[in-house]
Amino acid sequence: MPDTNQAAALNAAAASVTDLIPVTVLTGYLGAGKTTLLNRILTEKHGKKYAVIVNEFGELGVDNDLVVDADEEVFEMNNGCICCTVRGDLIRILGGLMKRKERFDGIIIETTGLANPAPVAQTFFVDEGVRARARLDAIVTVVDAKNLPARLADSAEAAAQIAFADVILLNKIDLVTHQELTAVEARIRAINALAPIIRSERSGVPVDAVLGRNAFDLSRILALDPDFLESDEHEHNEDIASMSFTVSRPIDPQKFNSWIGALLNAKGGDILRTKGILDYAGESRRYAFQAVHMIADGDFIGPWKDDEPRQSRLVFIGRDLNRPQLRRGFESCQVA
Amino acid sequence: MSQTLDAETLLQTRGAHRMLDAYVVGAAFERGGEFAAFALGDGSLHFASLGEPKEDWKNFVVHDGAILSVASDVVAGAIVTGGDDGDFRRTTATGESTTLADLGSKWVEHVAAYAPGRGRERDASTLCCAAGRQLHVFDAAGQRLKVLEHPSTVTGIAFDARGKRVAASHYNGASVWFTGAKTDTPRRLEWKGSHTGISLHPDGEAVVTTMQENSLHGWRLSDGQHMRMSGYPTKPLSISFSRTGRWLASSGADTVVLWPFFGGGPMGKAPTELAGGGSVVVTRVAFNPRSEVVAAGFADGRVILGEIEGGRILPVMAPGRGPVSALSWNEGGSHLAIGTETGFAGIIDLSKGNK
Repeated sequence: MPDTNQAAALNAAAASVTDLIPVTVLTGYLGAGKTTLLNRILTEKHGKKYAVIVNEFGELGVDNDLVVDADEEVFEMNNGCICCTVRGDLIRILGGLMKRKERFDGIIIETTGLANPAPVAQTFFVDEGVRARARLDAIVTVVDAKNLPARLADSAEAAAQIAFADVILLNKIDLVTHQELTAVEARIRAINALAPIIRSERSGVPVDAVLGRNAFDLSRILALDPDFLESDEHEHNEDIASMSFTVSRPIDPQKFNSWIGALLNAKGGDILRTKGILDYAGESRRYAFQAVHMIADGDFIGPWKDDEPRQSRLVFIGRDLNRPQLRRGFESCQVA
Repeated sequence: MSQTLDAETLLQTRGAHRMLDAYVVGAAFERGGEFAAFALGDGSLHFASLGEPKEDWKNFVVHDGAILSVASDVVAGAIVTGGDDGDFRRTTATGESTTLADLGSKWVEHVAAYAPGRGRERDASTLCCAAGRQLHVFDAAGQRLKVLEHPSTVTGIAFDARGKRVAASHYNGASVWFTGAKTDTPRRLEWKGSHTGISLHPDGEAVVTTMQENSLHGWRLSDGQHMRMSGYPTKPLSISFSRTGRWLASSGADTVVLWPFFGGGPMGKAPTELAGGGSVVVTRVAFNPRSEVVAAGFADGRVILGEIEGGRILPVMAPGRGPVSALSWNEGGSHLAIGTETGFAGIIDLSKGNK
């Protein structure tokens, strides 16, 4: 029997390799407005089909979407990397979803209020099967303007969720005064100098503010706003903080790799996120670098623009960051 | 392209095949010896008659979503399946389908069945399925006998050769249960990490799991001795013991990796490798239940049979029909069922009388 469908099936298979499904991670402590945001995304008329992975199977979703019940099962990889924890349940669920006939425009993972986002993020770097089919689009953290100061005081996860965020939805702004809002934004900014803060009431934001961000795409690291990088000199006494560094002489790639490798190896438990744009000596292209704890990724991303200062910038988000030591280390990566 | 023709001879002269609509999750032969069944990602089961495989294949949608696992039922003429709709079902080749268990919002990711062979008719037939952290055990009539709890989600289940024990893999090890025990206390086999699948040695001497960290882990049950089998470039998702238990075949490398379970092995022994030469990864392996011949499917769709003694390779199917996702033999070892991620399904009759 001739396989009439075969060519079409093969073409479909070839296309799916380049067609990685974007995955959005929704974090935020209980009551911040995560579920409201999720319901907004799912009920808006966007004509897209999502699979939603949740921990508490509740009042969620519309007919068009698939809701999957997961247990957050974190395990430590036996790869010598002590902080390399991964969500095994996601590996299984993403593998199972790929067997379905219908294709999803995206997958949304809702984490529990107390979850540390690191294992979810690391799953997308560590597992080859997941990498072959899906890509992490962004970590979206929902915080509540009224209760954030209290949560920062009583839970370590609240700061970690802000530190890992690519987008921060500052929700319930109608419940605070202008001064309180300014103060809470300053605290968020001290922890995470990179993520855009979107103000909202009742999680009311356009869907494209949270989906399709491409935040883990190296070429998007350009979006590092130099203003943020220079504005963090004042102290906030947060447990987790952002620190940024700029150097003007070109970077020696070998020196940088050995310095950052040793640094993340030794301090990767405390350094949550690292992002940077580097001016490698003798290169006309910008080099983008990012890391989640110890797992690093980097590549060249297009030439420097004519009107752009050729500087190298690096941002760390973490706890117990030693500013003078980091500065000296980064400076020592410059060509002599 | 004479090479392509050679590689297809078995498929073309002794096979029947078609393109179906969805990912072929698995294949199983019902115990009556009349049908092979292919389970698909669109929830459908397709029955091919072994006598008339080129005739139309009957198909029935039995799950609302993807089928995640399939096995021969303990009774003739039927197949059991688990789906992402939370159902564990029994379906006959005539299309009668019943729900044995509805496990709600949990996916039924694994199913297994044990039916006693000739001369062992007094042994009990047993069915089981895994959903979340629970392993549900049923009798042949589909009555639930017990629910066995695990510390984390069950990622694989396997019966021993007599159906007395069932083993389940999970985080940080595996649990071995006696299905007929009055009090359910498992033997816990511990090894840190994420275990993603499991197999029992035919003699019941050892348990082997596949691991997230590109390796296999084994426990010798007599003394708890650990067996480490590593060196895979990707995750070895598929493992299969030979009939005698001398060899364990595995996927995950660009050759069929065979670990010796004799002469003190696999500890300290190098594995034998078959069918190398390409840079394409093996995705499925299945030992013939009657001989030391292993079937292997590759990520490019190639399928071969490998003979361990002498290392002879017989091509079955040429590359080009999608990554091999299902590979199963019937009990007699005469028929091989093949399925791929892109919906190819085929059966090949290797019995001597067939031409």
